[in-house]
Amino acid sequence: MTRLGKAGAGLGGAGPFLPLSVPLAALAPCGSLGPATAVVRGNEPGDFTSAPPGISEEIHPLSKHSSNHTGNGHSKPEKAFPVLGIDYTRIRIPFEISLWILLACLMKLGFHVIPSVSNIVPESCLLIVVGLLVGGLIKGVGESPPILNSEIFFLFLLPPIILDAGYFLPLRQFTENLGTILIFAVVGTLWNAFFLGGLMYAVCQIGGTGLNHIGLLANLLFGSIISAVDPVAVLAVFEEIHINELLHILVFGESLLNDAVTVVLYHLFEEFANIKQVTIIHILLGFISFFVVSLGGVFIGIIYGIVAAFTSRFTSHIRVIEPLFVFLYSYMAYLSAELFHLSGIMALIAAGVVMRPYVEANISHKSHTTIKYFLKMWSSVSETLIFIFLGVSTVAGKHYWNWTFVISTLLFCLIARVLGVLGLTWFINKFRIVKLTPKDQFIIAYGGLRGAIAFSLCYLLDYSHFNMRDMFLTAIITVIFFTVFVQGMTIRPLVDLLAVKKKQETKRSINEEIHTQFLDHLLTGIEDICGHYGHHHWKDKLNRFNKKYVKKCLIAGERSKEPQLIAFYHKMEMKQAIELVESGGIGKIPSAVSTVSMQNIHPKTLPVERILPALSKDKEEEIRKILRNNLQKTRQRLRSYNRHTLVADPYEEAWNQMLLRRQKVRQLEKKMNNYLTVPAHKVDSPTMSRARIGSDPLAYEPKPDSENLPIITIDPASPQSPESVDLVNEEMKGMSRLPPSPEEDEEGLVMRVKEPSSPGTDDVFTPGTSDSPSNQRMLRCLSDPGPQPEPEEGEPFIPKGQ
Amino acid sequence: MGSSHSMSEEIQELAEKTGFTSEQIEHLHRRFKQLSGDQPTIRKEHFDNIPDLEFNPIRSKIVHAFFDKRNLRQESDGLADEINFEDFLTIMSYFRPIEMNMDEERLDHFRKEKLKFLFHMYDSDHDGKITLQEYRNVVEELLSGNPHLEKESARSIADGAMMEAASICVGQMEPDQVYEGITFEDFLKMWQGIDIETKMHVRFLNMETIAQCH
Repeated sequence: MTRLGKAGAGLGGAGPFLPLSVPLAALAPCGSLGPATAVVRGNEPGDFTSAPPGISEEIHPLSKHSSNHTGNGHSKPEKAFPVLGIDYTRIRIPFEISLWILLACLMKLGFHVIPSVSNIVPESCLLIVVGLLVGGLIKGVGESPPILNSEIFFLFLLPPIILDAGYFLPLRQFTENLGTILIFAVVGTLWNAFFLGGLMYAVCQIGGTGLNHIGLLANLLFGSIISAVDPVAVLAVFEEIHINELLHILVFGESLLNDAVTVVLYHLFEEFANIKQVTIIHILLGFISFFVVSLGGVFIGIIYGIVAAFTSRFTSHIRVIEPLFVFLYSYMAYLSAELFHLSGIMALIAAGVVMRPYVEANISHKSHTTIKYFLKMWSSVSETLIFIFLGVSTVAGKHYWNWTFVISTLLFCLIARVLGVLGLTWFINKFRIVKLTPKDQFIIAYGGLRGAIAFSLCYLLDYSHFNMRDMFLTAIITVIFFTVFVQGMTIRPLVDLLAVKKKQETKRSINEEIHTQFLDHLLTGIEDICGHYGHHHWKDKLNRFNKKYVKKCLIAGERSKEPQLIAFYHKMEMKQAIELVESGGIGKIPSAVSTVSMQNIHPKTLPVERILPALSKDKEEEIRKILRNNLQKTRQRLRSYNRHTLVADPYEEAWNQMLLRRQKVRQLEKKMNNYLTVPAHKVDSPTMSRARIGSDPLAYEPKPDSENLPIITIDPASPQSPESVDLVNEEMKGMSRLPPSPEEDEEGLVMRVKEPSSPGTDDVFTPGTSDSPSNQRMLRCLSDPGPQPEPEEGEPFIPKGQ
Repeated sequence: MGSSHSMSEEIQELAEKTGFTSEQIEHLHRRFKQLSGDQPTIRKEHFDNIPDLEFNPIRSKIVHAFFDKRNLRQESDGLADEINFEDFLTIMSYFRPIEMNMDEERLDHFRKEKLKFLFHMYDSDHDGKITLQEYRNVVEELLSGNPHLEKESARSIADGAMMEAASICVGQMEPDQVYEGITFEDFLKMWQGIDIETKMHVRFLNMETIAQCH
């Protein structure tokens, strides 16, 4: 980008000058021309002018507040070529946005550096405090701090959080408790809104408070704004207390689904404020609009979800943009719903839920990771920003404090929530198998936090119709602060005090999956025998429909026919393979390593040629790639270590390497033999032994009695110099070549794979040109290495029992 | 089932024995009559008439469970040929939802009962252990709805699951130790995390006999 400096030389007094000044960039190409030839043409600012010959110029329409000085039309002494210049206004907006986001991230970082504080005070509180400080700072400096712009909030800050929640929604629990959640969301919110609105109206009518001018409708509107439980606040607080899944999904599900109610009530009362007379028709229309808003939102979400799933079917060649499809389709669903004044949140949730199982069956593992991390990242940043801005807006906004109004709002909010929860639970418990205990009810009532949505909704109110908006804002902010600070801070000790059941860190195991599926089928069968079309019956029917028709359309290739158990099993394998490799492979051994191998459970196992689960080619390829990449890294690490050591003698180097390898192999072997259970195929073939001996000068002879035991050997890629031999190959090979140690003799199963055909490939696991189909796949049947204190990293790929 | 006078007595008896309410017993009785074609006992063939049951992959195990003497709380072992209404109710009582007023001990007993029912379903040869072969059988049946799958896949899944079970139940094992099979205690351990008493129930609330048999 070139800018022109305005050099008045030669122009003297040319008309209204451009209040621009740009350094002469044109001098570079035509160095002979002096500054005198720099021309500014055009009388209006912002004109692009064509350059005089030889000078390429471009004038950019800069704002008038460019900090570069404006030239004066008079001839000026030549300005030296400005090597450095400042132009803030050009980058102002992106710069400030980035600064805010950076601030948010640094804050997050800071809280974890000081662990003592973040244990007591939930992050959301700290962030609001930070926001207050920042706002105060800005005000102190003299600028006016920015207020949380409602449009930005609804269009940019809220969707990532909701998408993150919807995409990773634990579907099984959600559907099991759907009735309860819906009742809490719909009936509960309605109750809150009307109770609060009505009572506030009554309060306003009490003389002496100066609030007489606030009509019933305004109060009802206020009630509807503030009655909705806020998903952002709930997420922020509940994430940290690790409460049991039932309560979590109840409160969280309620906060998501009450969006429809809030939207309807908000628009309804806003409209009614303009109408003089509210008739039955209006109420009826309002009632209908509720269904339209919620179901319409869900419908839009489902459509976008299906389209996204369908698109992902064809992305096998361009894996890199797969995550983008997920994000874009979901965002479009949100925007489309907002376009029609439908519930955007419900659309987003529906889209995420619908697309997830199919998309995950289609996309690559890396794309899945990308989606997961991007969503978490965005939602995290969004949440932080929202809370900070809440703080800043508090400082910035105009407030109107009215003691009566604010205190009574707070009071009635709490009372309404408690009464609502109690009443509804009494009703719901008649239909629930797992009743909600009073402890549960307390947590549900206490977890009804309000947050930024209420604030933004209030901010959107039209000032002309609602001139008491400032008072509303103040009251809302007070309630938000109260719920977030007081309730947010005390909920953790209360949870501990009441000994509420916490989330169980269960490791998902293949056993559990088998049992769950078995139970599902059993219960469906019993229901059929009883002739009772219950919950399981319909679920089973849905699953069958899904399997028969939908999966075929939306999932690419073979995966469409993959039953859930197999899919789950593959996922577990992948996960364990990755974990094994990521833990260094050669590094530490997990503490509770299981030494159970096939020998332990089936002593009569013969070295039968067995093929492991029919993994599709791509899955195999993926697993191989992951393992290979990681093992390669190991090799490179070790290699570079060797490069710097002074080795005069190549044989000495090889010796050193061998020693190193041996040591590693011992460790690896210990680990590997716990996991590898694939029995081998045939014993030594001439090619293999030749390859072995040829490549490694230190090759050993195979053990004489190795015929009885299947042996794992992974042969080197090709008979080449030691340098090119894959280290891990050597290690694996070394495993069966070491002088028999006691443990080795008792090894149950060891694997053998034929050497790969093409030289130079250091692909450890490529099947060679085999003569029997059995040695094609070498996969590991990784057993669970036992309970490990590992936190579950987010949701499994495929929801349980879907 | 006798005259109506003794019927209500019988119903009372049954209600006490199995824990159902008289209303539920009447519903179930109607269903029983429908299934058995108005005869006093049901045989295995009668279950073939239920259309929806055909899609169920573990159909045979379920039907088998109804005739399993261990589930019927009879002392002997093996399979009964036919069951009467009382037996039918006994089996159904395994699927009752828990009641609010149950104390810890009853709850535990309840839980064990349900898990025992499941255990019997897995352990088809009645030897008190779930061996590898039986487990493989279970997984194969679960996957039986997918004809294109190779048998090997089911087997390896079962193997993996068995190994995991062994490591949970026994922990570290020497290479020459053999894990015979999953005993009932081990089975209990495996199910510890899952709330079986809340999951394994059927709502007997409203049971209009909608489903018709052939």
